[in-house]
This record gives sequence, C-alpha cells and structure tokens, in this order.
Amino acid sequence: MELIKKIESAQLRTDHPHFRAGDTVRIHLLIREGDKERVQVYEGVVIARGGSGASESITVRKVSYGIGVERVFPVHSPRIEKIELGAIGRVRRAKLYYLRNLSGKSARIRTKRERKGT
Amino acid sequence: MSKGILARKVGMTQIFDELGNRISVTVVDVSGNVVIEKKSVHGKAGYSAVKLGFGDVHKHEKEGTEPIWRLAKPRVGVFLKAGIEAPRRHVIEIRLPESDLDQYEVGKELTAEFFSAGEWVDVVGTSKGSGFSGVMKRHNFRGAKASHGAHEVYRHGGSIGTSATPSRVMPGKKMAGQHGNARVTIQNLRIFRVLADDNALIIRGAIPGPNGGVVTIKTAVKKTVA
Repeated sequence: MELIKKIESAQLRTDHPHFRAGDTVRIHLLIREGDKERVQVYEGVVIARGGSGASESITVRKVSYGIGVERVFPVHSPRIEKIELGAIGRVRRAKLYYLRNLSGKSARIRTKRERKGT
Repeated sequence: MSKGILARKVGMTQIFDELGNRISVTVVDVSGNVVIEKKSVHGKAGYSAVKLGFGDVHKHEKEGTEPIWRLAKPRVGVFLKAGIEAPRRHVIEIRLPESDLDQYEVGKELTAEFFSAGEWVDVVGTSKGSGFSGVMKRHNFRGAKASHGAHEVYRHGGSIGTSATPSRVMPGKKMAGQHGNARVTIQNLRIFRVLADDNALIIRGAIPGPNGGVVTIKTAVKKTVA
C-alpha cells in the first residue's frame, strides 16, 4: 500500500485552496476544441467531496436557466487549470444532497467570513 | 519471444494520462523472483519450462541453535541446488518454448526491467472466493419478482428443465455452487509503466485475486504485436 501512495503522491495537486462541502467554487477547466485549447469556468456549490488520494472527486451543483446541473470533477485532474474559492458556506453536513429537493430562497447556504484552523 | 515472471498484487489506483483521462491500473511487486531450474526437451523432464521461486520465508533464529527456515527441508534443498541462499514460499513453473529459455539464468534474480512498458501480457491468478453462491451471484440470473404473488422464491433460478422428455437435467446446467477461488487468466493486459526503483510493474486494468495475492505474468498468447 505504501507503493500505491507513492505512485499517487506524484500526481496529487497541492495548488488547490482548502475547501469543503457548502463552499462555492469557480473551476477553470481546460477545454480542447480541435487543436485549440481554451478555459471554461464552471461555478457552483460543492455538495460532496469523496474518495481519497488520486481518485478524489467533488460534485459541484449550480442552477443554470432554472435547471439544476451537477458535475463531478476529479480534484487532481490535469484538465483543471485552477480552482478559485468563493463564498465559504456554513453547513452542518458533509453531503448536501438535500439541496436537490430545494429551490429558490430555501436553497441558499449561509456563509461565513472565514474558516477556523485552515 | 515469450517470458513470464511472478508477482504480488499490491492494489489498484488511477493514473491521469496526458489528455486528463483517468486510467485504472494495478500495481504489482515483482521483487524476489529467482530462477530455480530450467527444464529442457532433451533433459530428464522431456518438456521445456522455467521454474521460478517467489515470496519470503521466515528464518527462525534462536541462540544456541542452528537457524532454520520455516519450510520443509526437501523444499529448501531445491533452492540450495540452484545456488540460492534464501528459499522462497511459492514455486511456480512456466511453460516456455525451448528457444526462450536463454533469457533465464539459474540462481539469478529477475527484476521489473525483465518486462518493458507497452508489452501485452496475460495474468494468471486465483480469484477471490465467494463460497457456495446462488445463481444470481454466480451466473447473473435475474431472480424472480418481489410482487405479483411471489412467495419465497426471489433469488431462485426457476425451472431446470423439461419433463418426461428427456427425464433428466441437461449437463452443464447453471446452478448454485462454489463461486470464485479458482484459477483465472485475464488475457491481453498492457504493461503501463515499469518502476525500476521499486521493482514493480503497473498493469493497465484489473487482475484476479485479492491484494497480496500471488499472480503469474506471462507474455500474451493472442496479442503478439507490441
């Protein structure tokens, strides 16, 4: 298992900010179109963070034109240019799947200015 | 040119390729492979093969006594004959054509660099045992409906044949029984990377058995082009 950790640590990204479920993030994705590359930004609330090591992934939810959209990103993917941290959410759960059943005012997340101990 | 080596399954992980795709890989540790014997068509055996040893054996050391290996003496003797100091737990023979035996040298250790990245291989191992399993788990039967009057038959296989003709169950009928813990070969896997420093190989895809299980890695029988 030590060997697995060693292999994974070579591809782990340490340049991402600390964030967890409830936080709003802006993910800058590298998109390939033909032979050109451009950056697309996906912004939303992190509703789940799962997995460990190189397999770690996050689920980011946003509401686009009234339709809920969720995308799963591998946190350590080289296709992510950077992750920007927006609002820090004050939530009491690690998985915010309950947001799927809420809309409008009730789907808001309380924010706080900073997080202790990071 | 075909060849084979023994390995211990370390575990699985993911590796990102240059396009950002996630690739499932299995890491195997090949350290401690030794060549015990080469068998020749012209020799006593009458067929060509190479006998490899793999896996540590505990050495019992106590003051005032001779250190002894925790392995039966005849099995230790096999290694001494080949000029290998430490015997190995597993002894596995790999059948190879006579012309491919030159790659091996009796008494020498094999390393991960015996294989190179991009080679196609077959991996032989013992699958995880599931014990005596029903037809749903063992043969992917669908079972029966939970509603519409079903009574205690949710995981049954249904009828096993017809009546007076032929008055018997057809041979090979899929039924419940031992599932897993059998010799399994996974063909056409590719060596993804060779870790020379750790004496390990990274193989694309999954291989049989639990982490820590011993597997045989052989040159692919069907894919001959690199």
